Amino acid sequence: MAFDVLEPGLATTVQDRGRPGYYNVGIPQGGAMDMLSAEIANALVGNTPDEAILECTYLGPKLRAADDAVVAIGGAPVEVMVNGDIREQWTRLELTAGDELSFGRMKGGTRYYIAVRGGIDVPVVLGSRSTYALGAMGGFEGRALRAGDRVAVADVRGSANARIGLPHLEPSLRPSFPHEIDVRVILGLYDHRLTEAGMETLLASDWTLTPVADRTGLRYSGPPVEWRPRTQPFGAGSDPSNIVDAGYPVGSIQIPGGKEPIILHRDAVSGGGYAMVATVISADMDLLARSAPGTVTRFRAVTMDEALAARKELAGLRSVLWGAVR
Amino acid sequence: MSMIDDAARGARYTWGGDEFLFIEIAEAMSLAANFTSTAMAARLTADDLDGIIDICPSNASLLIRFDPDRIAPQDIEARMRAIEVEVRNLSHPTRETRVVEVPVWYDDPYTRETGARFRSGHQRPDGGDLDFAAEENHLGSAAEFIRRHHGSLWLVSMVGFVAGLPFMFQIVPQEQQLEVPKYLTPRTDTPALTVGHGGCFACIYSVRGAGGYQMFGIAAAPIFDPAQSLPDFTQFMVFFRPGDIVKFRPVDESEYRRIQEQVNDGTYRYRQASVTFDLNRALADPHGYNTEIMEYFDGV
Repeated sequence: MAFDVLEPGLATTVQDRGRPGYYNVGIPQGGAMDMLSAEIANALVGNTPDEAILECTYLGPKLRAADDAVVAIGGAPVEVMVNGDIREQWTRLELTAGDELSFGRMKGGTRYYIAVRGGIDVPVVLGSRSTYALGAMGGFEGRALRAGDRVAVADVRGSANARIGLPHLEPSLRPSFPHEIDVRVILGLYDHRLTEAGMETLLASDWTLTPVADRTGLRYSGPPVEWRPRTQPFGAGSDPSNIVDAGYPVGSIQIPGGKEPIILHRDAVSGGGYAMVATVISADMDLLARSAPGTVTRFRAVTMDEALAARKELAGLRSVLWGAVR
Repeated sequence: MSMIDDAARGARYTWGGDEFLFIEIAEAMSLAANFTSTAMAARLTADDLDGIIDICPSNASLLIRFDPDRIAPQDIEARMRAIEVEVRNLSHPTRETRVVEVPVWYDDPYTRETGARFRSGHQRPDGGDLDFAAEENHLGSAAEFIRRHHGSLWLVSMVGFVAGLPFMFQIVPQEQQLEVPKYLTPRTDTPALTVGHGGCFACIYSVRGAGGYQMFGIAAAPIFDPAQSLPDFTQFMVFFRPGDIVKFRPVDESEYRRIQEQVNDGTYRYRQASVTFDLNRALADPHGYNTEIMEYFDGV
């Protein structure tokens, strides 16, 4: 089974749940940016959470099914078309060999996901099928799709553990794509290096997502944030926002030169010389991935216990989702 | 303040969200702080605890990713504090590692051409990165800077930023460290295998891409090989590990081309030898220790 890529879209890549365990040599975890949306798409077609999907950014691809296939589109609201006819998102779509799947206008968000029964079949590299484009590894030949590519799909027809999929997606489980979000963070790392006014600015301001946002990180505009002046330690660089190059937690917020905070995401650079002041909690990482440029974002400080409770809540939601798959 | 005093203060423990523990060993870079980071990382690795996802030693700090569904944050913190005490109480800190020879074509046309494209806004718009580096270090010429660059050994103090990129710290007294500010505005392009320098750190860019370090030359052989086609990469696609000791060897164009042919044939191997790194000796007599390791390596 396979799809032929007629048009590649802006940045269509193969992703799965990621490649943990190699951050110590600079290889990021990768994986779907909006993990829950990708999982729901997988659930709808009867896959496990581990199958690889296609992540589409803004402008989606135009694909032709080389064989019959079952697909579902999750993620940001977008016009889904089969042979030019509008079809529903968040539901199972049966394609016949020769059918063309394409996408129209988006109505919010940034990324949507194409899951296909059986999963996208590319080689597993270091435990994952996710694309790491900077390292030219994983995914489809280590890169985003191009016109003319033939993307293989694992064939599960007649397999004993083949499943139909989630019969119906409860509206309460469907992610939303608002223009204003509150993101929970745990303060720490180098937050002591901000002045009191700087910390107040970080937590009280409205931050607007700029178009400078990709799988590595997202940049926000807003007021300047004040760092404490000091004599820099040996090896740290000259600006008060510099540190001796250190590891960067995924989700950490850095404010180079006190301007335009950057939040690192799934393809994070693993380290560098900018002080970080807080980290987005694991349960809220998907919210960032769902943001479109212009989204007004507020950072709300929570405790570790609150972060763990939010994590548990998300795990509960996922287990309801997967428990309903038939 | 000596390097040992700075590193001897207790580390600072702080959370990076609900999945990361960040341990700042020292604010300033030093051999001692880096040794503590890698030694703590090695002990945690040996523990093989359930729920530890990534153990990332870096220059003067240590980042640990854990799965809080499998190990409680306070448990991993308690374990690391105990490990820190063990490492600080080591009377004779040593590490089994290797010396690796890295052939470099200094002042090569690839990085020179790239540098020329990003001259506007550079600290020295009318010269090259090497001229700027020589001036910053009060050295007479680019040639003298190059000689100082390969004249001593470097310790791989961190691997990361992008896949397989080594940060390296010169094993010399602090006042003799080569220090060069980064580009004022980062470049959007850097040739793969560029030998760069920012602050007190040398690096080798493992892949082509953006970068802010000054560019001095180009390494002749890959350090990241996702296809694992070369013999040094059969075990793993990344060559460097924190704790490796690097000896740069200057090569001219003809040798650079010969090495490139061996790379293309799939036969190139890095020259390397096992060695025991002794922190106290490296701190007490950096020059003598450098000479000893270089002479040992030349005899292997």
